[in-house]
Amino acid sequence: MSGHSYDAENYWKANLRLIVGSLVVWAMVSYGFAILLRPMLAGIPIGGTDLGFWFAQQGSILTFIALIFHYAWRMNKIDEKFGVHEE
Amino acid sequence: MSQFAINLMFVGGSFLLYIGIAIWAKAGSTKDFYVAGGGVHPITNGMAIGADWMSAASFISMAGLIAAGGYANSTFLMGWTGGYVLLAMLLAPYLRKFGKFTVPEFIGDRFYSKNARLVAVLCLIVASVTYVIGQMAGAGVAFSRFLEVDATLGLIIAAVVVFIYAVLGGMKGITYTQVAQYCVLIIAYTIPAVFISVQLTGNPIPGLGLFSTHVDSGLPMLTKLNQVITDLGFNEYTADVDNKLNMVLFTLSLMIGTAGLPHVIIRFFTVPKVADARWSAGWALVFIALLYLTAPAVASMARLNLMTTIYPDGTAAAPIEYDDRPNWVREWEVTGLIQFTDKNEDGRIQLYNDSPAFESEAQSRGWEGNELVVNRDILVLANPEIANLPGWVIGLIAAGGLAAALSTAAGLLLAISSAISHDLIKGSINPNISEKGELLAARISMAVAIVVATWLGANPPGFAAQVVALAFGIAAASLFPALMMGIFSKRVNNTGAIAGMLTGLGFTLAYIFVYKGWLFIPGTNNLADTPENWVLGISPLSIGAVGAIVNFAVAFVVSNATEEPPVEIQELVESVRYPRGSGQAQDH
Repeated sequence: MSGHSYDAENYWKANLRLIVGSLVVWAMVSYGFAILLRPMLAGIPIGGTDLGFWFAQQGSILTFIALIFHYAWRMNKIDEKFGVHEE
Repeated sequence: MSQFAINLMFVGGSFLLYIGIAIWAKAGSTKDFYVAGGGVHPITNGMAIGADWMSAASFISMAGLIAAGGYANSTFLMGWTGGYVLLAMLLAPYLRKFGKFTVPEFIGDRFYSKNARLVAVLCLIVASVTYVIGQMAGAGVAFSRFLEVDATLGLIIAAVVVFIYAVLGGMKGITYTQVAQYCVLIIAYTIPAVFISVQLTGNPIPGLGLFSTHVDSGLPMLTKLNQVITDLGFNEYTADVDNKLNMVLFTLSLMIGTAGLPHVIIRFFTVPKVADARWSAGWALVFIALLYLTAPAVASMARLNLMTTIYPDGTAAAPIEYDDRPNWVREWEVTGLIQFTDKNEDGRIQLYNDSPAFESEAQSRGWEGNELVVNRDILVLANPEIANLPGWVIGLIAAGGLAAALSTAAGLLLAISSAISHDLIKGSINPNISEKGELLAARISMAVAIVVATWLGANPPGFAAQVVALAFGIAAASLFPALMMGIFSKRVNNTGAIAGMLTGLGFTLAYIFVYKGWLFIPGTNNLADTPENWVLGISPLSIGAVGAIVNFAVAFVVSNATEEPPVEIQELVESVRYPRGSGQAQDH
């Protein structure tokens, strides 16, 4: 496909938007809930400890998986919409 | 049947399986050798990435680290999984679209510079060689404990097996053996964890058992663990950390380093399409998470099991007599990884935290120091014995530990050999080499790499424990930023990229060496490696993230001060961004 068309630019912007959104969630569950915001979540008990601990040892990993599959699924739709997908 | 015979059966059986696969998947072309022909299914590739990624460190050491550090060492769990989000969104699909065989090749083409390619080759080799030492040493430990052979002999056996399937099959052989190795290692890790979780909490899923009720006491498992260890002067398992900046940077360094490690990236070159590279990253993380969600449960449960073994009647009562120690303690004592010294000569094993805060309590009980030193690397390996599981589970653990070490070693060796044969020999020294010649060169460099790795594994340099920090630091501070900027910026040029890589790398190495010794030579460090000396409390292990930021900043400033990349390079960047027309990974 041609490099500088209007569509190509929009395709790339759609990708960037999706990446930024995903990385906000990525940072929120790991650096946020699991580390920096843990004291604020200390009031939410989970099995002998608090929500922050759960995010640090289980929740963040589960969220990462969901993020990648969501990204792959959305990007494949975007590829098709802009006609840059592979046959 | 004796335990030795069982172990031999499991390990020998798994080795035969790997060799059988190698003969079936022999590489016929450089494309087979470098990218397994480029036709690997995304789920198959995800499984292979899982084995490629999960090393002796993940399988053997990680649970021990978490058991010792509790919440504070959650960094490993998040750091070694969060990198896959970066890989899936920032690197893998575009590098797959680029469609070449190696990571330095992208850097050389994108930054239109042989020097950039050589810097990348250097970073790749240092990061991968340091990493492979740990794998070979890990395989040696597993051999000497379970097969009762000398560690060096064990290493040579392991090296011969890797040699057969990696040299013969290249990426093609490695891919399918890694799939088999993934199955072996995940079964070996999960089965004892399920048994132990059921014993302690009644919940068969370890990740849920971690937050369930401890059957014997009726308390939540983690509350019980906190009680037991604080009674003995240790910090609470779930205690928060004070130095949040360091925890954030350490996690970030591990994530960026994970995304920048070449042996993982090249696995994404083996799938047919760009979309498959995205799916592959997701599947890889699913397969990795099966172990990573279980590891924290193994960590806390094994720690609790260890404590209740030593204090069977509770922490307030006397600990067990040395003569009554369980069999697994006796067996591990032989390896020197468990050591007991009866400091107060009462014939009992006092295991507690020798801290000033606990001193008066210890004195009142007539204790004269902690008497049991348990190497934390044995936790996973000894886990089935601690929980009294049947002999075949122990054999399984032996095969699993070896699968983890060997699969990662093979992936690293492939990254090293392709950098030498494809980037150095074909890319620089002899560009006119024939395909046959290159394939032979790839096999010879693989063989040499195996010999070097085996030698280093048998004679590990004194700094073996430090080198993981080095590998991640280098990958985070040099390779990841160069790759990401190569895709996301059209403005970054050859001068900027090289300046960025070199300053990022130099800064990171300098910070590590100031605390760990220059080139890790003992005594040459300028400052003691203690938190008080760290700049802003940032440990040398966490510096890779700062090095990456330095790399980005220098590359942008230098690029903007020099001329923009030629039009054909800007078009190359444009083309890697759009999936259509990726074809299969190919040679130029």
